[in-house]
Amino acid sequence: MKRNVLIELNNVAKTFPTADGALRTVLEDVNFALAEGEIVALLGKSGSGKSTLLRILAGLIPADRGNAVYRGQEIDAPVTGIAMVFQSFALFPWLTVQQNVELGLEAQGVAPDIREERADAMLEMIGLSGFGGALPRELSGGMRQRVGIARALVVDPDVLLMDEAFSALDVLTGETLRDDILELWDSDRVPTKGILIVSHNIEEAVMMADRIIILSSNPGRIRNEVQINLPRPRKVESIEVRRLIDEVYGLMTMRPAPEAAAGAAPAANLGYRLPDTDISLIEGVLELLADAPFHGRADLPKLSEESELPDDKLFPTFEALGLLGLAHAEKGDLSLTPVGRRYVQAEQALRQELFGQQLLAHVPLSAHIRQSLEQEPSGGLPEKPFLDLLEEYLKADEAKRVLGVAVEWGRYGEVYEYDYHTGRLTLPADEDNRQA
Amino acid sequence: MFGVFDQRRAGRTLLNVSPNRWDWALLPLLLAVLVAIAFGATQMSRPFVVGEATSITLDPVYLPYYLLRTVLRMFTALAFSLLFSFAFAAIAAKYRAAEKIMIPSLDILQSVPILGFQAIAIAPFIALFPGNLLGVECAAIFAIFTSQAWNMAFSLYQSIRTVPEELNEASQVFRLSSWQRFWRLELPYAMPGLLWNMMMSMSGGWFFLVAAEAVSVAGQDIKLPGIGAYIAVAIEAENGTAIAWAIGAMLAGILVYDQLFFRPLLAWADKFRFEESQGDTAQRSWLLDWGRRSHLIRMLSDRFWAMLRLALGWYVKSNADTGARKRSRFSSPVWARLWYGLLAAAFLLAIYELVVFVHSDVGLEEVLHVVMLGMITLIRVLLLIALASLIWVPVAVWIGLRPQYAQRVQAIAQFLAAFPVNLLFPLVVYLLVTFRLNPTIWLSPLMVFGTQWYILFNVVAGASTISNELRLATGNLGLKGWLKWKRVYLPAIFPSYITGAITASGGSWNASIVAEYVTWGNTTLMAEGLGSYIKQMTDAGDFHRIALGIGVMCIFVMLLNRFFWRRLYLLAENRS
Repeated sequence: MKRNVLIELNNVAKTFPTADGALRTVLEDVNFALAEGEIVALLGKSGSGKSTLLRILAGLIPADRGNAVYRGQEIDAPVTGIAMVFQSFALFPWLTVQQNVELGLEAQGVAPDIREERADAMLEMIGLSGFGGALPRELSGGMRQRVGIARALVVDPDVLLMDEAFSALDVLTGETLRDDILELWDSDRVPTKGILIVSHNIEEAVMMADRIIILSSNPGRIRNEVQINLPRPRKVESIEVRRLIDEVYGLMTMRPAPEAAAGAAPAANLGYRLPDTDISLIEGVLELLADAPFHGRADLPKLSEESELPDDKLFPTFEALGLLGLAHAEKGDLSLTPVGRRYVQAEQALRQELFGQQLLAHVPLSAHIRQSLEQEPSGGLPEKPFLDLLEEYLKADEAKRVLGVAVEWGRYGEVYEYDYHTGRLTLPADEDNRQA
Repeated sequence: MFGVFDQRRAGRTLLNVSPNRWDWALLPLLLAVLVAIAFGATQMSRPFVVGEATSITLDPVYLPYYLLRTVLRMFTALAFSLLFSFAFAAIAAKYRAAEKIMIPSLDILQSVPILGFQAIAIAPFIALFPGNLLGVECAAIFAIFTSQAWNMAFSLYQSIRTVPEELNEASQVFRLSSWQRFWRLELPYAMPGLLWNMMMSMSGGWFFLVAAEAVSVAGQDIKLPGIGAYIAVAIEAENGTAIAWAIGAMLAGILVYDQLFFRPLLAWADKFRFEESQGDTAQRSWLLDWGRRSHLIRMLSDRFWAMLRLALGWYVKSNADTGARKRSRFSSPVWARLWYGLLAAAFLLAIYELVVFVHSDVGLEEVLHVVMLGMITLIRVLLLIALASLIWVPVAVWIGLRPQYAQRVQAIAQFLAAFPVNLLFPLVVYLLVTFRLNPTIWLSPLMVFGTQWYILFNVVAGASTISNELRLATGNLGLKGWLKWKRVYLPAIFPSYITGAITASGGSWNASIVAEYVTWGNTTLMAEGLGSYIKQMTDAGDFHRIALGIGVMCIFVMLLNRFFWRRLYLLAENRS
């Protein structure tokens, strides 16, 4: 052990069964340690297993292989020294703010008067004094998360786990809350000795953490680690921070090394998790990229700022653009491809046709659906075989989502149609007319 | 607004609280309720010998007393139903192995008519308190309990299973013990649904009140003082005026406990609504408002809650254990297989017993006859539900689109659903005898008399959630007439209609026992069917045939639910 390790994961793997009984690996061979006095941020796309990792540390779910250790003891159930802040707050709506904050103490069997005293002190520290008698529903989102944080801190935890704690808040509120927590931490006003943040917001991670860990997706492995030695409080506009944000953006959008080495196209397999984004977003970002001030090439953080979209919306969109060959990302920059340029300039009908062409060329799932339909004399097939096919690669609900994306894109590109009520995929009805 | 439960005020003591005008207003009310309960309770335990005639007078002067006894009985049953629900839901939600048998058995229990339970339970209860009326009293309470408990237990279990995942995780991370979890998370989350089901259960209790209070045992009639027995006696005596009085008393009773019990409870439970359903209008109760303004009541309630909070500390996860996950050895595949083996063996044994019973005691022919009767009742139930739907769906949509009426419908429908069908006997007998109508056809409407309201108020609720924007768009697009119904209204209310129709169908089967066999004095009208068969056999005291009839009814109800309603329900869920 190096300097006082609080929690660590040793060779942790986690699999979930898919619908057909096969196992899908969510985490593989993850080694990680949180030392005393450290804030670590865990970054990754959705599906990278970062929430699973956090839940293993919290003792909510067991690891399949390897183990999680807290101060030398194996974690196999929630531990008193580890508290958690939840993405959607997880406040008990029928309890007052005071009662919510006291919950953890109540569970520990702390006497009522001491409980009240400690909760009062915590509420005052977090800026909620006077709100003790309010119900959570009377508070704004930012205030509710303050309650969530107070509830976690009042039990004097060694380790604080934060699961996307600011992502349900608007940007300004999130930043204020983030700064308040950093202030508490840096002025040593809380006994907490280590914080682990799970996030998809790069700026948030760079502003808060001493160390950023980037998880790759499917299966989740630790891909990169970035050490940050800047003193806090950090300024968003400072050059060091901008450079770091750029660097992390680059690392996040980089293709995982093994795949790039093999030279395989990113979507080479049918079970590729098509990104969760919608077409209006794809086109919106494409147009933004084509217009001034970017003129076809943009620095990712700048584009993110300009689009005013959160990272969890933006990343899937970037991925979709790359996948469809409309734009490509490289070292923290996104640039239009020739097809992307034609696409932006085209009329609506041509856009949809281009979309269809790119879809068939670059997304194997869509190409496979189209081919299967063409071979069918009736021109129609139920969705079931395609779902089954996807479930060989993905969990059942994920397979459903991916097929949903393929359906939406296919409809837009007029490659195939889908009837919600019968669950059948068909070739477009006016196919012959269009070709004629 | 929820200041009553703010523990900061708990420090106040009785001595330095000065009564205000709300105290003076509430005090008489509180005392009156207490005295009434005490008086009613002492009346329950009286010497009684089997065979002794219990006298019920039709003089309306006695009605308030009868009403008190009936309401007391119903609330006692409700309290036991609540306890049963707690235990049932807590166990079923926690242990998978137990759940596997408990949920299907609940399904069966739910479809057993009240007469079935009464036939089994009456003798043991009387033997429990020899020479005292308390035994019969317990039997009646038990019968009412069986018409209240099942839906409450199921609702609670369902809610516990669907507690939001994040709250679940929060309760684990902060290490709440199972005991704390139940009171802090599961019960509060289940509260709105549970309360709603308690109100439905009270209605259900009224519906079978006559059967519960006019107990027949060993060929004798014991009538407990109460509204149900009063109605039974009035029917025997062909006294129409008394029936009218009974209706009045029942209405008064429902109004009183609604105002004094359910309204305050609903308004208080408002805080348990989970956030998504925030759009609903909040319930108000004058009694709760009074209570919140009264110093004395507030002080008492503070004390009460502070004490309950202490009880939360009874079972705490010990601090020392970092929580070695208790992997129950029963979760290992060997134990699971053993358990299923045991279940299968029990099932086979039951089948064997059944075959022996059918073969030796009643004979195959009788079974086929009863199944035929079941078919007749089945056709009756389905036809009448269809008919009631044709009438009530358009009405309900009309009402649902007008919020000013929609709110009142719930209260009215609740009363109508409680209305014991026996009260209609004089009218029905008069009509059928005067016009010489065929009872097999014309008694049928009685079956849906009490249950059609479930369709009405579910559809009203569904229609009132049709968004204003959708309605504006409909008008804007110029949709009219049948097209408007086909494209907008019917699809929008379909899920809530199915929910209502399922409840109505289940209730109608139960109601068939009362509705297919109508008496008024010496006149008896009977419709061919399973319900009248069970009723006749109960009167004759033929236990084997009662069991047969009830068993067949259970099977019919469950098959209908599985293969008809459940499919429609899944369809509705998919489309919504």
